[in-house]
Amino acid sequence: MTEETGNSRRRRFLTAITSVLGLAGMGTLAASFVASMRPSARARAAGAPVEVDISRLREGQMLAVAWRGKPVWVIRRSEQMLNDLGTLRQVLADPDSEIAQQPAYAQNKFRSIRPDILVILGVCTHLGCAPTKNFERGAASGLSENWRGGFFCPCHGSKFDLAGRVYKNVPAPTNLEVPPHSFLSDSRILIGIGDVEGAV
Amino acid sequence: MSSLLRWIDDRFPLTKVWKEHIAEYYAPKNFNFLYYFGAILTVMLVIQIVTGIILTMHYKPDVALAFASIEYIMRDVPAGWFVRYLHSVGASMIFIALYIHMFRGLMYGSHRSPRELIWLLGMLLYVAMMAEAFFGYLLPWGNMSYWGAQVIVSLFGAIPFVGEGLAEWIRGDYVISDATLNRFFAFHVILLPLLLALLVYLHIVALHKVGSNNPDGVEIKKQKDADGKPLDGVPFHPYYTVKDTFGVGMFLTVYLAIVFFLPEFGGWFLEKDNFNPADILQTPPDIVPLWYLTPYYSILRAVTFEWLPGGAKLWGVIAMGAAIMIFFFLPWLDRSRVRSIRYRGWMYKTMLTLFAVTFVMLGYLGTKNPGHVDLIWFKNVTWAQIGLVIYFAFFLLMPIYTRLDRTYAEPDRLTK
Repeated sequence: MTEETGNSRRRRFLTAITSVLGLAGMGTLAASFVASMRPSARARAAGAPVEVDISRLREGQMLAVAWRGKPVWVIRRSEQMLNDLGTLRQVLADPDSEIAQQPAYAQNKFRSIRPDILVILGVCTHLGCAPTKNFERGAASGLSENWRGGFFCPCHGSKFDLAGRVYKNVPAPTNLEVPPHSFLSDSRILIGIGDVEGAV
Repeated sequence: MSSLLRWIDDRFPLTKVWKEHIAEYYAPKNFNFLYYFGAILTVMLVIQIVTGIILTMHYKPDVALAFASIEYIMRDVPAGWFVRYLHSVGASMIFIALYIHMFRGLMYGSHRSPRELIWLLGMLLYVAMMAEAFFGYLLPWGNMSYWGAQVIVSLFGAIPFVGEGLAEWIRGDYVISDATLNRFFAFHVILLPLLLALLVYLHIVALHKVGSNNPDGVEIKKQKDADGKPLDGVPFHPYYTVKDTFGVGMFLTVYLAIVFFLPEFGGWFLEKDNFNPADILQTPPDIVPLWYLTPYYSILRAVTFEWLPGGAKLWGVIAMGAAIMIFFFLPWLDRSRVRSIRYRGWMYKTMLTLFAVTFVMLGYLGTKNPGHVDLIWFKNVTWAQIGLVIYFAFFLLMPIYTRLDRTYAEPDRLTK
């Protein structure tokens, strides 16, 4: 080994700071590249609330609207449908909606603000498919004798009841999500905002 | 002519490369038809790149225009239908060739020392090819494109803590949208083709360093003549250039027959639901990826055990990832004294057959509804669970059964 001279010490220092600065520069560059792939300002602004008119929605009917690019279902449940909800406790994974898949005002036995009107995201909590509705009762549904109406996900076979609660032993881990929503009047719902001034 | 060649050779090792890798590259003389598929894959990759470039000239990566631009290619662009079907059928043909190429490796022990790096680079190629196919499948913006991407991207959401953010980052939006389509287009036409070309180059460099394996699994470099040429080797050119040209020709015949007469292949190469534009409110009745990804999709769906910590969904994703990753460990799991199946005992032969049957079964089940009964006795999901156990047993028990297995003495020279 050669003796350490002033020159080689200087060279080592220069090599070190060049490396450190080079790495810092590359890190910053990489961070910008990664950040450029995040949702853009336009995508983030596009999540505006949607107003739905339910005056023509009859009992047992469902309508679908798009909110933030996802399907939102509004269902007017009949008396029988609401009564059936209480009989399913044994077969549901989370019958009391303990996992926060809904705003606090929808954490009740109907998972809704008004008992009859259910508002849920039509996105399976397993892998994001859209479940299909099957409101028939019993054998007529083609699913099982004990079926009391609800949703069936064709992708991986998850089942949900008419409050969007998930059945046991299916791939979906949680209940369907209830989006924030509020009633502007008896027949108009605002999806996307939970507490609107003057909401009913 | 020779003076031009000399001029180049002084500046670039043209003659040297030609000799080392083609004219004087000695390959074992006993290659059977399974050895066509390397050459076939190379040709198919070139065809995909060329047809891809032409499609890019007419395709529009925009949610409002993408679906219509494919129809425009099919109807209005001269020979557009031909180029598009070459590309869409070509994707499936590549995977057919790829699976045969990989199975050949498993049969003749091409993953064994000193060829571990060839195997690893090949596996990287396989994964990159799956990514390339997946990104490409979103581009037509059909309903299956959309929902398939929705399912696969949301798989990342199952990762604890960072999952949702990661899925959002991949999509560039809260849902699969225009931003997603545009970046998938960038990945499909720039990122992955560059990566694939690089990996193919490295795969071949590694192969030419150690030389090709063969159906006997015997090193030809051990027996050399006075000139140092392997006794059982023949120069790649003209012997294998001519032979491979024939093999490629046969493969292209089948490929073109499908392109001309059965381009959708009954829904296996182009799914029926993809003839509808993407609809965010309407899921196709059965979301299934194309056939070459369905074995892993089956494994994902087979994990339905809610009692697992973290939930079935997370473990399904882990099982699917592990099913692909475990291939990378193959060179070190295989402890047999011999390479080729010709000199192995009944255990490896049984396990490999069982694995191949299971792989095909999982692939089939991945296209079916898990709750139905499409085979015998059990529901599809139960069969997939049995398949999952066999799949992992093939790999995880390999160190045991390959060591226990009775093997036969390898010959010194190639047999046939």
